[in-house]
Amino acid sequence: MAGLAVFLLVVTICLLAPVYAHDIAHVNPFASNLQGTIVLHGKVVQLLQQNTQGLGLGVTPIGPTWNISHYFLGADNQGRDVFARLLYGGRSSLLIGAASALICCLAATILGLAAGYFGGPIDWVLSRIFDIIWAFPIYLLAISLSVVLLTSGLQIGFIHIGPGSLMLPILIIAAVFVPYVARPLRGIVLSLREREFIQAAIGSGASDYRILMKEILPNAAPTIIVFLPLMVAFNMLTESALSFLSIGVQPPAASWGTIINDGLGLLYTRPVVAIAPGLMIVVTAVALNILGDGARDAFDPKAKLRGSI
Amino acid sequence: MNRFYSMKWVRVLLATLVTGSLGLVAASSASASNTSLPYQSAHAGGTLKLMASTAGGTLDPQVNYTLQYWQLYQATYDGLVSFHKVAGAASFEVVPDLATALPKVTNGGKTYTFTLRKGIKFSNGKTVTVNDVLASFQRIFKVSNPNAGTWYSSIVGGAACVTTPATCKLTGGVVVNAATNKVTINLVAPDAEFLDQLAVPFGSILPASAPVKDAGTTPIPGTGAYEFSKYDPNHQLTMVRNPHFKVWSAAAQPQGYPNEIDMVFGSTVESEVTAVENGQGDWVFDPLPSDRLQQLSTKYANQLHVNSLTAIWYLPMNTNLAPFNNFMAREAVNYAINKTAAIALFGGSQLAQPACTILPPGFPGHVDFCYYQKGTGTTYGGPDIAKAKALVKKSGTFGQSVGIVVTNDSVNEAVGQYVQSVLNSIGYKATIKPLSANIQFNYIQNTKNKVQISLSQWYQDYPAASDFLKVLLSCQGFHPGSDNSINIAGYCNKAIDAKMNKAEALGLTNPTAANALWGQIDKQLMGTAAPWVPLFTPKQIDFVGKRVGNYQFSRQFYMYVDQLWVK
Repeated sequence: MAGLAVFLLVVTICLLAPVYAHDIAHVNPFASNLQGTIVLHGKVVQLLQQNTQGLGLGVTPIGPTWNISHYFLGADNQGRDVFARLLYGGRSSLLIGAASALICCLAATILGLAAGYFGGPIDWVLSRIFDIIWAFPIYLLAISLSVVLLTSGLQIGFIHIGPGSLMLPILIIAAVFVPYVARPLRGIVLSLREREFIQAAIGSGASDYRILMKEILPNAAPTIIVFLPLMVAFNMLTESALSFLSIGVQPPAASWGTIINDGLGLLYTRPVVAIAPGLMIVVTAVALNILGDGARDAFDPKAKLRGSI
Repeated sequence: MNRFYSMKWVRVLLATLVTGSLGLVAASSASASNTSLPYQSAHAGGTLKLMASTAGGTLDPQVNYTLQYWQLYQATYDGLVSFHKVAGAASFEVVPDLATALPKVTNGGKTYTFTLRKGIKFSNGKTVTVNDVLASFQRIFKVSNPNAGTWYSSIVGGAACVTTPATCKLTGGVVVNAATNKVTINLVAPDAEFLDQLAVPFGSILPASAPVKDAGTTPIPGTGAYEFSKYDPNHQLTMVRNPHFKVWSAAAQPQGYPNEIDMVFGSTVESEVTAVENGQGDWVFDPLPSDRLQQLSTKYANQLHVNSLTAIWYLPMNTNLAPFNNFMAREAVNYAINKTAAIALFGGSQLAQPACTILPPGFPGHVDFCYYQKGTGTTYGGPDIAKAKALVKKSGTFGQSVGIVVTNDSVNEAVGQYVQSVLNSIGYKATIKPLSANIQFNYIQNTKNKVQISLSQWYQDYPAASDFLKVLLSCQGFHPGSDNSINIAGYCNKAIDAKMNKAEALGLTNPTAANALWGQIDKQLMGTAAPWVPLFTPKQIDFVGKRVGNYQFSRQFYMYVDQLWVK
């Protein structure tokens, strides 16, 4: 429950990003504001401050004001409000994490069920595809796909997904993680298929569709449900990694990964720019993992028993 | 002339936060001076430790096109002529080096006659002869020098050498006479920049026995004050004194100070900076991290040297592709971009100055003017967004999509994001495409990639206006479908080309009038075509160790490493 509560809190705060940006901070978190100023302690100050010490080299964005109404966490190197971008970034990271996890689990469910239930050539072909995807280091595969697709976008028939669309990282991350969910599901379905109640259903002449939907899927569902929060966390981390490498969410949109990337060049002077999204990732990932563990405990009595010993 | 990217690229890296002329610093550094100090033997000795994150590639001076090694070649190789080894503006002057004097130019500017100095020896002990000179010119083609086809093909026989390098003879092009020690070079047409092209490391005179292929990591003997003794690209490059070196012209090849110069590879730039701070290193080659600048300029001010560069950061707009095939759209972007804001991303006002012209300040032909700004002065007065928005609407390009291609390092990407934000604000739908620096420079040149606007940089090869205007904005530099189409804007105007040719020809007889004409061309290009948004001219920062003295900065090849004192 604690995991769920923290996760919901993070989601709620991030959903309120537009309210914060427009009604509280009055900033546009997606527009550069290099010549912008704010009033701080009664004084007008530049958002990007030219160093006046020594030789006067370097420009540093203002640090945290700790005033929720403007530049609470300071500005980034484009003069944008870091806190507003943190909230918007959370929306992107969570959306990509959740959407890609859903797509991944949906695709993995279909493929895992098909491979496990039908067996034979279908199982062989699907299993080899999983093997091939699995053979690539996961981040290398995701980076390769991102580099290729983010330059020109993705064209599937008449559907075109532009290079800057969030759908690209969602699809890329979903695709690379399919085997991680589909393989265990296939194993479960293989086992279920030999069970008496499935054999009885087959014997009674039930259609494959009916057996899959009414007999096998309900029994495989707990595994999928346990996977879901874990995949959200996993995918969110992957998105952050890709965005950190500039091949995930594209500017001026923000994600926690892009904000860390923005903060990389400010580590010495404004570490909060990189630390804040890093903390948000940690908190959310831990909450989702606790949630996943809770779901497993709920669906797996043996695990619960282990936990109580 | 087609330029190879690697020199530019490394210079770009170097300049990513670096560069320039900060009076404050120049006042405290030898770079403010135009004259060399007399050699002070009390400071001779010691080992100078230079630090670079990676090696600069091949050690072959006729192949390597990186500033990283061009700086070192100044102390290791000589050509018939070289750039004056002195700080300040005089470093742009060409002086005789292995030749006894600057050449006698005859035949309407097509024949250059040099007399080779006698008694000079390579670091392997062999005497330099005119046969070495001939072999070196042939070798330029045999090793496929990056500029063989552009600079040196102007030598008679050069075109044939470009086609069949293996059998290159340069018959009639380079004629040597061992009895008189004379070298005669015949060109197919007069070339006002030929001496500049001989003075860069590609024109180094090497032993005739040098391999006729890229020497890679194997040092080739040279005539300079130092020789390369060891090179492991994963660890270190070592230079030691050339045992056969005797000063014949301090203006061309002065005696160096350290007994040994090491360039150590493999550290991150953060580590390099820390090492120099702690006295464990003497110089950082790589761009200084932007978040260390404040600390460095406060705590280590006396170890920093800031110098102006003759270079430009600019946004070339594709004049053959919508929306920038529309002059008003190009004007709009020129009005909208705030150059001062771009400078803030580069490191602040002490590290660059706004540029309105194509030719950098202090460069031959530069004229002060500023067409696109809020105001009418000759210096930049800020953007005029209202005018930009009006122009976008008037041009009929409002709402069009624009892709900005930048390299994926932090400064370039930050400037790209700023440009994206500005384009969005004036009515375009802008996206940014960060690409690896290894591929971006060629990617933006190829018309097949349909790049609309990009961020690029240009650092002079030598001090001539044509090195900017003709190279970057003439029809000659535009090669549709090629990765080597350095006229990135794709701007081609035959009338302006004719004017450039006239200026170039005038340079042979009347450099002052030629430079005035180049200035007019610069104004005409920006006023009637605006194929670029000039952003700023950068400055160079050198961070040297506490023990280092006698810092001198050449505007041509930057810091003289061999002139540094470590004793």
